[in-house]
Amino acid sequence: MPQNETITDIGLDEYKYGFVTEDKPVFKAVPGLSEDIVRQISAHKDEPAWMLEFRLKALEVYESKPMPKWGGDLTTLEDTLDQIYFYLKPQEQMERSWDDVPQEIKDTFEKLGIPEAERKALAGVGAQYESEMVYHSLKEVWEEQGVIFDSIEDGLKNHPELFREHFATIVPTADNKFAALNSAVWSGGSFVYVPKGVKVDIPLQAYFRVNSERMGQFERTLIIIDEGAEAHYVEGCTAPVYTTESFHSGVIEIVVKKGARFRYTTIQNWSNNMYNLVTQRSIVHEDAKMEWLDGNLGSKLTMKYPSCYLVGARAHGEIMSIAYAGDGQHQDTGGKVVHAAPNTTSQITSKSISKGTGRSSYRGLCKVYEGATGAKSNVECDALLLDETSRTDTYPYIEIDENTASIGHEATVSKVGDEQLFYLMSRGVDEAEAMAMIVRGFIEPVAKELPLEYAIELNRLIELEMEGSVG
Amino acid sequence: MAQPLLVIRDLHAKVEDDDIDILKGVDLVVEPGNVHALMGPNGSGKSTLAKVIAGHPGYEVTSGEVLFQGENLLEMEADERSRAGVFLAFQYPAEIPGVTIANFLRTAVNARAGKGEETDVFAFQATLAEKMALLKMDDSFATRYVNDGFSGGEKKRNEVLQMAVLEPALAVMDETDSGLDIDALQIVSHGVNTLTKADKDLGVLLITHYKRILNYVKPDFVHVMMNGRIVESGGTELADKLEAQGYDWLQEAAAGV
Ligand SMILES: Nc1ncnc2c1ncn2[C@@H]1O[C@H](COP(=O)(O)OP(=O)(O)O)[C@@H](O)[C@H]1O
Ligand SMILES: [Mg+2]
Repeated sequence: MPQNETITDIGLDEYKYGFVTEDKPVFKAVPGLSEDIVRQISAHKDEPAWMLEFRLKALEVYESKPMPKWGGDLTTLEDTLDQIYFYLKPQEQMERSWDDVPQEIKDTFEKLGIPEAERKALAGVGAQYESEMVYHSLKEVWEEQGVIFDSIEDGLKNHPELFREHFATIVPTADNKFAALNSAVWSGGSFVYVPKGVKVDIPLQAYFRVNSERMGQFERTLIIIDEGAEAHYVEGCTAPVYTTESFHSGVIEIVVKKGARFRYTTIQNWSNNMYNLVTQRSIVHEDAKMEWLDGNLGSKLTMKYPSCYLVGARAHGEIMSIAYAGDGQHQDTGGKVVHAAPNTTSQITSKSISKGTGRSSYRGLCKVYEGATGAKSNVECDALLLDETSRTDTYPYIEIDENTASIGHEATVSKVGDEQLFYLMSRGVDEAEAMAMIVRGFIEPVAKELPLEYAIELNRLIELEMEGSVG
Repeated sequence: MAQPLLVIRDLHAKVEDDDIDILKGVDLVVEPGNVHALMGPNGSGKSTLAKVIAGHPGYEVTSGEVLFQGENLLEMEADERSRAGVFLAFQYPAEIPGVTIANFLRTAVNARAGKGEETDVFAFQATLAEKMALLKMDDSFATRYVNDGFSGGEKKRNEVLQMAVLEPALAVMDETDSGLDIDALQIVSHGVNTLTKADKDLGVLLITHYKRILNYVKPDFVHVMMNGRIVESGGTELADKLEAQGYDWLQEAAAGV
């Protein structure tokens, strides 16, 4: 069973509570990664001993694993990794001033019409002001329902047993090199628990969660949706996330228990120097439903394949994604579905847009284990090229060990057609708007699933990105 | 005497990366309020003429001129021509998946209005509903994606709907009648007649293969295009003659290029 494969021994038996409070070293950030850094992170966060041990073990795994040879070009990443700071205290993160934020990022904020206070927060130069009040009133409602929505650090502190029961069981340390790295140096992220049968109507937005470090470089999120519960979590923002760091490697772990429903929506727009390597995985139990809704813009290279492990009968997994690869960008994205129980169903819908020297790749895995009788999976990936120079490719991997399974795969590549452009222009729409309409239409099947304000922002942002692609 | 709506003089045009002219000297004048039928065998250049009038970038005008309300149409981009009042109902309309008809048409209407003058959403919806009723279209049509998965007849009706909403000064209708059953043909003809009645200055260039539509939409003039030129012009009797005798009797005129 794949469920077993995803559970690593993290030394549950030796676990003892214990916070390292004494002897706290004065934290001094130095570039590069070492055991010392990992110890400092753990100490700084006052973590229990098991977590320090977990991190140190992960560091070993990270160092023992070679760089992946597939996906995007990671050849310059090793140099980058020597230079980055693996942990910065929140204060250090905030020290950045508005003046340091590059003009192009400020311009984009301006064009998106993002309020001043929020711009600073997005650029990492200040706290979120207005959202704080919203968060507090929502938090009261959630607390009444027993819903936990905290920073990952507070999750570990305040709900140690629940945390430890699930942490790293969905994405084990040894899963891949970057999961191991994240496991060693994680910082920031969310901890969510929705109790049995509770339905949370308002999306849980990471945006509201102000009492933590924003969108850490090595964010770690753990979400547990208990039996029959329902929730929607929204992460990220279409405004460019500006960080001085050039590497982001998150791990998102989600458990959707029997009969529960959960959707995870994330839209990220990274600055163009960023390597964005994220592991997002869910375990979906009997009659439960998991949906990933994923938008990827910006970055130098994004490698991201949200996955659903369908381990209970009739579990359903869905992965919908939009990727935009502009000049110099490579979006290597897709999805992974693993059918490990009877009558499980899945759907992958991927839409990519490439422009200039941009490249988008669809990389997908559909695996059906023997015994997953009647499993059904359907993959649809559509690529749109805005010009002659952009490129797209697909790497669908299908492994079927069950002959009653039915698998569909459809891939299309289209270019913005002259006839489409002429048609729209012949109604009085100018060329830039005509191009934008075609692109908006192309992503519509996925974009319509987004919360409205996100869909609008996404459209505006893609239009901004496309500026200059006409004429 | 008002100036002509459309003046085409000795128009030659070819496909951009080809050497041979498809249009080999077209002359045509359309006065405001007149309906001109343009007939001719397949491949004679009717659609090419329509697309050159609308400003398709794939065709290159090698000589001649096209004036619209006295303005040089050939200097304008397709979108400018549309905003100036030229409309083309396509023989083969493009599909735009994900873009609803309502959204598309509102964008087109707003493009005419200019920045800051955009039409009120509710006013637009009322207009759209009215025009859809004229063409006996179901309300749900507005929320469908432009031509995406439409039947041939639905595509043609959608063209006439757009014409009704955009209210052009000149409508070039390229085989809007072909592929329509008799009910649809009557609805479309009724739509066109309603528009010409509402706007007495509306000029129409009705490209067709068959006399059938001319029983419903009465042309003031009938022209025959062959081999890239208009080789014969007349009244409705010309359409009758073509129906009875075909195009053979015009071969000589067509060959004399
Ligand atoms: N885009 C094009 N590329 C190549 N040939 C074309 C193109 N458009 C038209 N033609 C040629 O020009 C001639 C006239 O075509 P068309 O204008 O479509 O005729 P009609 O509408 O009268 O049937 C035909 O021989 C056709 O093959
Ligand atoms: Mg034609």
